[in-house]
Amino acid sequence: MLEVRDLHASISDIEILKGVYLTVKAGEMHAIMGPNGSGKSTLAYVLAGKTNYKVTSGQALLDGQDLLGMLPEFRARAGLFLSFQSPLEIAGVRLDQFLRAGYNAIRKSRDEEEMDVLKFNRFLTTKLEMVELDESFTRRNVNEGFSGGERKRNEILQMAVLEPKLAILDEPDSGLDVDAVRTTAEGINQLRTPDNAVVLITHYQRILNYVVPDVVHIFINGRIVKTGGKELAEEVEAEGYDRFETAARASEPGT
Amino acid sequence: MTQRPPTQTPTQEAAYLEAYESLRNNGYAHDPDWAQTLRADAIAKFKEMGFPIARRGNEEWKYTDIRSIATTPFHLPDSPATLDLSDRRLRSVALGRLDWNRLAFVDGVYSERLSSLQSLPEGVRVVNLAEAMRSSSDIVQEYLARYADCQANPFVALNTAFMHDGALVSIPDGAVVEEPIHLLFISTGKQETVSNPRVLLVTGKDSSATVIESYATLAQGRYFTNSVTEVLPGPGAALRYYKVQQQSDKAFHITNTRVVMPRDASFSSVNIDLGGRLTRNNLDVLITGEGASVNLTGLYMPTGVQHVDNQVIVDHAVGHTTARELYKGILNGKSRSVFHGSIIVREKAVKVDAIQEDKNLLLSDGAEADTKPAFWIYCDDVKCAHGAACGQIDEDVLFYLRSRGLSDTAARHLLVQGFVADIIESIRYEPLRVKIDALVKARLARWLGAEEAA
Repeated sequence: MLEVRDLHASISDIEILKGVYLTVKAGEMHAIMGPNGSGKSTLAYVLAGKTNYKVTSGQALLDGQDLLGMLPEFRARAGLFLSFQSPLEIAGVRLDQFLRAGYNAIRKSRDEEEMDVLKFNRFLTTKLEMVELDESFTRRNVNEGFSGGERKRNEILQMAVLEPKLAILDEPDSGLDVDAVRTTAEGINQLRTPDNAVVLITHYQRILNYVVPDVVHIFINGRIVKTGGKELAEEVEAEGYDRFETAARASEPGT
Repeated sequence: MTQRPPTQTPTQEAAYLEAYESLRNNGYAHDPDWAQTLRADAIAKFKEMGFPIARRGNEEWKYTDIRSIATTPFHLPDSPATLDLSDRRLRSVALGRLDWNRLAFVDGVYSERLSSLQSLPEGVRVVNLAEAMRSSSDIVQEYLARYADCQANPFVALNTAFMHDGALVSIPDGAVVEEPIHLLFISTGKQETVSNPRVLLVTGKDSSATVIESYATLAQGRYFTNSVTEVLPGPGAALRYYKVQQQSDKAFHITNTRVVMPRDASFSSVNIDLGGRLTRNNLDVLITGEGASVNLTGLYMPTGVQHVDNQVIVDHAVGHTTARELYKGILNGKSRSVFHGSIIVREKAVKVDAIQEDKNLLLSDGAEADTKPAFWIYCDDVKCAHGAACGQIDEDVLFYLRSRGLSDTAARHLLVQGFVADIIESIRYEPLRVKIDALVKARLARWLGAEEAA
């Protein structure tokens, strides 16, 4: 489903991604773990099409389509979803209005009929329960006055509404207490199908107690340095990233 | 290289004095003495002050240069208002509504033909001011030109010297007027004409009314509108006042609105500026009664080289009074906006609760907003806050929306609409809210491209 090959990207001429290889198949759940500042979020942003990053070389294909040549909205319409680490407030725009606009934009791009307000709100209600958000949230401005946990669950709500093929979740657990992590994780689990895939980016192993990954990648200094099963996450939990960092430095070209 | 001294175009005060003399002996000759005296005092004041053109030491006009008004030989339109408009045309300049009670003016002159007064409750008067002046109605004698200040403001003095046609709206005690009263000022767009619309709103104790004052044009001419509105709600009265300005984008538009608030009165205004080459709105509210509250809202959307300046003063002379002020600007092209808000809290005016805010969204690099909300507080026991902001569309928020499948254009539309949502919602009268919302969206579509574009 997702094929990333030798991806290099920089911001203000500083290289952040230094040759990322990643293959994700339908039905899979991948965890990308790494220390702060390793470039995990950059990978998410670059795949979603944020413009202030410059891709200097490499490829990223979603079901064979070249993602890197597409505008962010076309990536979304092609089935890519990014859950933001720090979801932003949108002044004066209600959540239901925001979600319907995105949902209909995606439907329209597939030549499907747009959904009217009433129908959409009924559809939205069915998704709310999953993330334990009250209906009143949909009538509030996007993320305005939402707690950290509510913002994260709101991201999962958006994923539930937009039904992407590939969801990249950028630290859906950061800043949350253990109950909120569990709620968020349950939401993610419910959205998994044999036809979609999830790439979950996290610093901590904690959320992986609830969301079980098929594959775990260790991300250090702009690259995936090790790939394994879920036992790799337990290793990180027990020993931290030091060992991986040392190994990564040793294997870097020129050292 | 030799440099020629700059040629000074003369200002046109003399032409106005001449026009005044001519009208005094002709058009205004049959007006009662008290009205003649008001005009004579006003023209004397205008003569003394002249146009406020100084570019130094002229704080009041620091950011708005009116030399092009002062030097253009504007003249009063010479033909009487015999203009007729098809219903379709009239509807398009009348905010889409022909069913409201409407007093219409063409180039400042009352048009009976385009006016329509049908369903006014008993005792409510909506009449041409010139007629009310001639009959020396008590209300007109008591209130007209007693509140708008000729002493320091040459534009008020000029308007007062030429006040004739205009609107008198008087609402009796306790009356509740459900339907809005629409004062429609149509400009034909004739080159270099000037009009001085005058409005007097007097509402009785515990009354309730909605007044819409709107300005529209039939052609994109270069003309000058200099209006003055005096607003005098009664104790306990609720007055909703909307001003919608869609002048020619070559026109000059100066307005002075003076409001005096007695005990328990509430006044909410929404001021929408879309047209005009140069617009200056002075809104000056004096609160003299405890329990009074004002809610002042504004939206300006200049583009090209349009310039719009809002000066808002709320003077809390007494305590236990409330002011809410929210102005927003969406600026495009090389346009310029100015906002100066002053909230004054006098000594002993305890428990004043006042918030003022001006926010600007700049859609182009060439646009510029000057904003200065200020407080003058001479009392300790108050609750006051103010804020000002100028910024462009947040690229991160834009990306957030696009990552959900919205096109760049659709995302920008949604963000700008979100920015003005609270202003639109402050229009409590629904048919007007729908109309203004449509006008704003249409203007945005011209700037950002059609919303539906993929």
